[in-house]
Amino acid sequence: MKYLTEYRNADTARRLAAEIRRSATRPWAIMEVCGGQTHSIIRNGIDQLLGEDVEMIHGPGCPVCVTPLSVIDRAIEIAARPEVIFCSFGDMLRVPGSRENLFDVKGRGGDVRVVYSPLDAVRLAAENPDREVVFLAIGFETTAPANAMAIKLAASRGLANFSAIVSHVLVPPAIDAIMRSPGCRVDAFLAAGHVCSVMGTWQYPDLCRTHRVPIVITGFEPLDLLEGIRRAIAQLEAGRYEVENAYARVVTDEGNREAQAVLAEVFEPVDRAWRGIGTIPASGWQLAEAYAAFNAQRRFPAAGQPAEESPLCHSGEVLQGTLKPNECPAFGRECTPRTPLGATMVSSEGACAAYFHAGR
Amino acid sequence: MCLAIPGRIGEIYEDRGTRMGKVDFGGVVKEVCLAYLPEIEVGDYTIVHVGFAISRIDEESARQTLATFAELGLLEEELEELRATDETPP
Amino acid sequence: MSERASIDFSGFSCPTSDGSAERIVLGHGGGGLLSGELIERIFLPAFGNPVLERLGDSAVLEELPGRLACSTDSFVVRPLFFPGGSIGELAVNGTVNDLAMSGAVTRFLTAGFILEEGLPIVDLERITAAMAAAAAAAGVRVVAGDTKVVERGHGDGVYINTTGIGVVPEGVDLDAGRIEPGDAVVLSGTLADHGMAVMSLREGLGFEAEIASDTAALHGLVVEMLAAVDGIRLLRDPTRGGVATSLNEIASLASAARRAAGREPVGIEIDDAAVPVAPAVASACELLGLDPLLVANEGKLLAIVAGDEAGRLLEAMRSRPEGRNAAVIGRVTRRPAGKVTARTPIGGSRVVPLPVGEQLPRIC
Repeated sequence: MKYLTEYRNADTARRLAAEIRRSATRPWAIMEVCGGQTHSIIRNGIDQLLGEDVEMIHGPGCPVCVTPLSVIDRAIEIAARPEVIFCSFGDMLRVPGSRENLFDVKGRGGDVRVVYSPLDAVRLAAENPDREVVFLAIGFETTAPANAMAIKLAASRGLANFSAIVSHVLVPPAIDAIMRSPGCRVDAFLAAGHVCSVMGTWQYPDLCRTHRVPIVITGFEPLDLLEGIRRAIAQLEAGRYEVENAYARVVTDEGNREAQAVLAEVFEPVDRAWRGIGTIPASGWQLAEAYAAFNAQRRFPAAGQPAEESPLCHSGEVLQGTLKPNECPAFGRECTPRTPLGATMVSSEGACAAYFHAGR
Repeated sequence: MCLAIPGRIGEIYEDRGTRMGKVDFGGVVKEVCLAYLPEIEVGDYTIVHVGFAISRIDEESARQTLATFAELGLLEEELEELRATDETPP
Repeated sequence: MSERASIDFSGFSCPTSDGSAERIVLGHGGGGLLSGELIERIFLPAFGNPVLERLGDSAVLEELPGRLACSTDSFVVRPLFFPGGSIGELAVNGTVNDLAMSGAVTRFLTAGFILEEGLPIVDLERITAAMAAAAAAAGVRVVAGDTKVVERGHGDGVYINTTGIGVVPEGVDLDAGRIEPGDAVVLSGTLADHGMAVMSLREGLGFEAEIASDTAALHGLVVEMLAAVDGIRLLRDPTRGGVATSLNEIASLASAARRAAGREPVGIEIDDAAVPVAPAVASACELLGLDPLLVANEGKLLAIVAGDEAGRLLEAMRSRPEGRNAAVIGRVTRRPAGKVTARTPIGGSRVVPLPVGEQLPRIC
């Protein structure tokens, strides 16, 4: 596949990895923010090629892991309603709520459907005027434009039976919070390439300066990741801290203006609770008032059951890099991929699941 | 996030006022919303996430990146050594 | 004269059939006239053979030489028809293949149908014709069958169960306990064709592509393979759960058998770059974030064979259409015990875990 295969070249990967090993003269810890990057690192075994000095810390860049427990519980509640066709990305189906997950609701007869695109949910609403179609609109800034456009289209087509549970999370506030958390060991960041293709790079220089960390905007293929790591190490070794764009074929400084305009219209900033981490100010997007009619959380009254995280779950510390999965007392005992207590064990790139499968 | 893969724009059309296209991902064709790339043309490559094209791939930039990788000088014999270590059984 | 209440008859339909039924009704499962019609109109013409035509309550079969193998499988697929086949081919080939994995050649098949009320009869005819063709191609006779009908909404159109009886040739002894470190892991062809063909029609996940299910009967291939080399330890067909599931099962079974005999466990290491995947299938997997190793196949097999016989085995396999893309994809190793790992194309390593449940497309 063009623009994919070339960035998987094995020889070039070995050369880049060798260069990284050669250039690191002391221990460095780099955090990749995006779950997709974590997935690629594990899938390709990249973290094993970096040598003794370079450690990858997997960041909280997976909406599966960080979507608030209360949102999952609300989604489950709404999905169980007989009049509802509940649409979600596949990633969310096994995320544990306080008592069960969306897959369980499907098993009990709930009409829960996996969609590839939010537009599929809009289409379902048009095709099923007698049902309520609810879409679980989660994700980072990469997914937000798609979700926003779906809501806009539903509005413009007068689909009164469409609504969305909106719970977006934003990368820059997360980076800020991670750098401020006690025990933070991160020396440099690989910023999320596709998030930046939407938002541009202009949000990062401030973070760089404030926290004195290199931030390298990085793609997802093995060569992209290795190049991002190489540039981060080069900066660290030279005592520099700047924003570098290592994914220039896709990311521009200004990002996608059309997408940013629609985002500003359909969403508004909100303080967001990140599951396992806590509330980070202005780190999320919710539906703007102008689109309140499409807010599923308002349309369907809450049953009021309290959200309860398993007391045994330490996802938060794992997400922040302060606890390794195999240091958690529940790891491999009460908590396994088959019986996950928290999202980091459910998600295919969750650190806990990764450690479990690697037999660590 | 964010699983997005590159594809080639094969066709562009309007659906009720929204710009849509057929994008070819290495032999798999899917309908994609092009509303966020009003200037993109047939034949261009784009990155698609959950059914939306979010960025045009810049050919020149891609070429440059690959060129810098090629410049990462390593003697051919060092490369052979690297390859050999991969094949050593555990 | 009292006023007659006005009754709307337009939605009325008679639950019994007038014989010109276009759709399955509950009566078709009742064992009476309607069931008889299905047998006469559809099943006998499709499967016709002397045993079936006796229409006894059970089939009395001729004597079969040697060791018998038996397997049963139920087929539940949505949609019923997909590029490359239908539930009909799956129902025959699936059971033929299960038996082939023991080295057995299937002789007889039973076919149990659970039909959903409202299923168009033409669909049943198509499916049965497909089963008949697959059975004929595999040299198999359908000797017993059953039909039940469930209410609308309680089935996905058709569920089919087939049970197969076959004969295991003398000298064939496939057993996980014979697996040794150094054995080769051979795959008969490209992965994920079936799973992605079906996925391409799933609502919301749909895409256009030249991808067809690989459903095929593999007993002929197995006969060639067993004739070509002596050192085949085990055969497995990777259906639901893909190659990842089968390899994990093999590693566990082999380790358990070896431990019971006081020997060291084994693991399996595959080479990602050696795994054959058709380009369009690879692209479809990329699009949905699926790992081809975890996607279903319906016409492929895995063979564990003595390392030094792999070359000869591949030659034999590639001489047949079902094995034309056969390749060595890995080795049996000493470590990690009971697990499956993969060498990535760039020289790293990853674990290939047993998948938890159905693979779902991801955005992450």
